[in-house]
Amino acid sequence: MKTVIVGCGRVGAGLADVLDRAGHEVTIIDRTTTAFDRLPSTFGGTAVRGDGTDEDVLRRAGAEGADLFLALTEGDNRNIMAAQLAVEAFGARRTIAKVNDPVRAEAYGHLGIATLCRTTLMMSAVLEGFGLADGLGPGLIEARPHAHGHEGEAGSDAPASTTAPGAPAGAAPGAREG
Amino acid sequence: MFVLVVGGGKVGYYLTRELIEAGHEVVLMEKDRGRADQIADEIGSVVIPHDGCEGKYLKEAGANRADIVAAVTGDDEDNLVICQMAKHHFDVPRTIARVNNPKNEGLFRHLGVDDIVSPTRMILGSIEQDIPVHELLHLAALGDNELEIIEAHLQEGSPAIGRAMRDLRIPEGCSLFAVIRDGVAAPLRPDTVLQEGDKVIAIGRTECEGALHEQLIGEPASVDG
Repeated sequence: MKTVIVGCGRVGAGLADVLDRAGHEVTIIDRTTTAFDRLPSTFGGTAVRGDGTDEDVLRRAGAEGADLFLALTEGDNRNIMAAQLAVEAFGARRTIAKVNDPVRAEAYGHLGIATLCRTTLMMSAVLEGFGLADGLGPGLIEARPHAHGHEGEAGSDAPASTTAPGAPAGAAPGAREG
Repeated sequence: MFVLVVGGGKVGYYLTRELIEAGHEVVLMEKDRGRADQIADEIGSVVIPHDGCEGKYLKEAGANRADIVAAVTGDDEDNLVICQMAKHHFDVPRTIARVNNPKNEGLFRHLGVDDIVSPTRMILGSIEQDIPVHELLHLAALGDNELEIIEAHLQEGSPAIGRAMRDLRIPEGCSLFAVIRDGVAAPLRPDTVLQEGDKVIAIGRTECEGALHEQLIGEPASVDG
C-alpha cells in the first residue's frame, strides 16, 4: 500500500515505522530534517523535506495515486489543506487529517475530509476509562460525500456539535451555529 | 455592509481602516493579543483578539450575519480554512482569500472560495510586462562550459507550437532530446508535434543559443540579456 505521511512528529514517525515494517511503501514529509531523527535507523521508506501544503512537494513525494494519505502536523489548517490537495489534486484514495479543534474536525467531515480529533479522542479516553460519563466517540470522523460548488445545500447538512461517526447528514436539526 | 476581516497584519489593518472610512461595519480578528491591542488603540473597539480559524470565535465575531469574510493572513492554509468555515459553517455569501503561493489559486477556487487575491501574481504580472521572463532556462553546464543543457518553455507566440520536430531548423551543434508535457518526460522524435506548455530540453554549444531562442521562444534573444 502506497502511503504518504505529512508531519514527522511522534505519531507520524511511529506510523511510518509500523507501516514500513508491515511491508508498505511509505514516504514521510516534514519541514525540518531534524524531525526525521524520530525515525528508527531501520526505516526503509523515503523521507522528503518540504512543506506538505505545497503541491510541488507533494508531487515529489509521490502523492499521486496514494492509497493512504495522512496529514499529521501540529497545524490543523496545514493538515486540512494538505488533505484537500491530496484528494483534489492527486486523487488519494483514503485521506485522514488530524484536526484538534472539534468544531473544525466535525465541519470537515461534512466537507468530504476524514478527520481525527485528538481532543475528542483523549476526552473520550478519560471519560470512559474512569467510568465518569459516556465517551464522545472515537475521535475519527469519516468523510461524507460532498459536492463542491453546491453551496445551496450547505444548510441541509449543517454540522452538529457532537455527532456519532457515520450518522447521516442532516440528522441533527437545530444544531446549526447561530 | 458587514465585513469580517481576519488577520491583522498590514493588509488587514489598512483594509479595516479603509472600510470604516467608507462607512461599512467592520470587525477585525487578530489572534496575536499584542497586535490586536495595538490596532484597537488606533482604530477603536472593532478588534477581536482571537483566532479567526476557530469556529467558536468566528461565531462570536458575528460570522453568521457577515456579508463578506476577507481572510488576509500571511498563511494560505489559514485563509483557506477561514473561507471554508465561513462559507459552509456560517453561510457567508461572499468569501475573499489572500493567496501567497500563486499555485494555490486553482485549489482555492475549486474548493469554493469566491474571490482570490494574489499579491505575488499581481507583482509578477507587472514585472512580466517589462521583462520577458519566458527566456531559455539554463539548467547545467557541461564540459569546460562549452556545452549547456537548456530548457525552453513553449508559450503562446512560439513558432514551434504545432510543428513537428523535424520541421524545426535546429542549429548545428545543438540537439533537442526530450520534451516534458504535463509533468511527464518523453524523448523527442522527428515526428513529435510540439504543443503550447511543452518544456523542451536541449543540449548545445553556448553560441547556438540565439538561434535556439528564435526557433523555440519567438522574438530574437535580447542583446543585453
